[in-house]
Amino acid sequence: MVTTPTHPAHPLGLALHHIDHGYAIGGTDTPVLDDISLTIAPGEFVALLGPSGCGKSTLLRLIAGLEPPRAGTILAEGTPITGPGPDRIVMFQDPTLYPWRTVRGNVALGHDIAGRKDPASVDAAIELVGLKGFERAWPHQLSGGMAQRAALARALVNDPRLLILDEPLGKLDSLTRLTMQTELQRLWRDRGFTAIMVTHDVEEALLLATRIIVFSPRPARIIGDLPIDLPPHRHRDDPRLLDLRKNILTQLGHSADW
Amino acid sequence: MTASNTLAPGLNTGTPAGQAAAQAGARPRRPLLPWAAGPAWFLAALVTWRWPDADDFPDTNLLAALFAAIGLGLLATAALRRLSARAPWAIALGLGFTVWEVAQAKLLWLPRPFFGTPQDLLDVFLTDWKRLGDSLLHSLGLLAVGYGIGAVLGVAIGVGLGRSPRFRYWVRPLIRLVGPLPPVALLPLAFVLIPSGRLASEALLALAAGFPTTILTWSGVAAVDPAYYDVARTMGARNRFLVLRVALPAAMPQIFVGLFMGLGVSFATLVVAEMLGVKSGLGFYMQWAQGWAAYPNMYAALLVMSLMCTGLVSLLFKVRDRVLSWQKDGLKW
Repeated sequence: MVTTPTHPAHPLGLALHHIDHGYAIGGTDTPVLDDISLTIAPGEFVALLGPSGCGKSTLLRLIAGLEPPRAGTILAEGTPITGPGPDRIVMFQDPTLYPWRTVRGNVALGHDIAGRKDPASVDAAIELVGLKGFERAWPHQLSGGMAQRAALARALVNDPRLLILDEPLGKLDSLTRLTMQTELQRLWRDRGFTAIMVTHDVEEALLLATRIIVFSPRPARIIGDLPIDLPPHRHRDDPRLLDLRKNILTQLGHSADW
Repeated sequence: MTASNTLAPGLNTGTPAGQAAAQAGARPRRPLLPWAAGPAWFLAALVTWRWPDADDFPDTNLLAALFAAIGLGLLATAALRRLSARAPWAIALGLGFTVWEVAQAKLLWLPRPFFGTPQDLLDVFLTDWKRLGDSLLHSLGLLAVGYGIGAVLGVAIGVGLGRSPRFRYWVRPLIRLVGPLPPVALLPLAFVLIPSGRLASEALLALAAGFPTTILTWSGVAAVDPAYYDVARTMGARNRFLVLRVALPAAMPQIFVGLFMGLGVSFATLVVAEMLGVKSGLGFYMQWAQGWAAYPNMYAALLVMSLMCTGLVSLLFKVRDRVLSWQKDGLKW
């Protein structure tokens, strides 16, 4: 792989205070988040684990600033988040590439929005995720893994201080997923951003994260907060990981299922 | 033989005949069909020239010469091997002109003056080309202004309907009231309210083009995946970017359907407006020709109008294919 261009690391720290949120679904009000308080130190890689549909993705939308919480405050370095900003970039479960833009055009999206011209950084991001040679391809010509790589490059080109990952590897086949996990971790180490990732995959969380937050079923409350004090290069068969995995599955109520 | 077997295993039937066919298929074929196109037109020329006309028709010899020239051109095209796909059509047209010439100019099977001869049609183009061309330009000018305004307004109103609840609240009832009305129905009113007939026609054309464009733009913008907005918003995009660089390109396939439908309604409105209002253009020419029972002139105007309409539709599809080159499969016009 290419050498990663070095960027001055300014990872973002976050503080969430008593976040409540909910949605009106079919006329009835459904609470989604219940009194979430959480502090994330700059440079952490936090995995959010919880049952499907518990509200983890909603929490990410709030942190991204895509919608305001009903109650509570989210502070980024002490300043309340009032809207989206290019220092906090979201990567969604679907690549959501614009079909009318080439790979290159999609990766350059952040620059276009900011009205900035920096073709070199676009090329660097494309090369970084291994899509060199596909700059002029249309999204419909890409495989699922390649499309998600393009989405990753589109996020990285903004030099995010916080990368918000909403189950970005959830729809990939298992082999592509393994490769992407390794690359995500490498990027996080090299670039030095803070990362928050929603995942359903306990193993993925254990491999990548420095800390795992476990959520209850909806409305989501924090029921576990585990630091993973292991070196970045982890092996999937590490007995310490297996212990942690058992611990987490018990917290999620699946002690008998593995 | 072994080489041919490995190259074309599927064609090898094992029989000598099958092997011969496989070998013949391997060589580039020289189709004979393109060479028949020229002679078909020579036949039309010969019939026109030698067979005496049933009446005193103009330009018979000139028409024969024209047929012969087309035949020569087709022979040259065949020699250059540029005719292969179009050869059947070229032959059919040559034979068709021959049949028309025989049926009408030589035997007068169909009643005059409603049915003309090929030489009548040629004569109209030779003697009246100036007025036909002038009418064409008038029609095109009217269309360009009316359709252009309608298309731009339609896209703008459609985006407004798709993006802004307040705009939708006020404009949607108006669209529902006026939009489905055939623009032609407003014609008498328009000519009373708007003093200039040309201006009134342009307004009606704008309405004709604007309604389908509005509705399909709206439906296209409303169907944009909300995640597309989220992606841009998380990078700090403002409303202007979301409308112009996300909603519009995402809705573009639908917008072109609306533009296409609007073009069709515009053609219909154009002809009626020209007949009743502006007193110029191809629609007016046709009405004038009918008034004088000059049916060949009407056929000529119809032909010109048909070429104009199909040309404009082709132009729209050209633009569409270019703008939507990112789409997986394009419709071929």
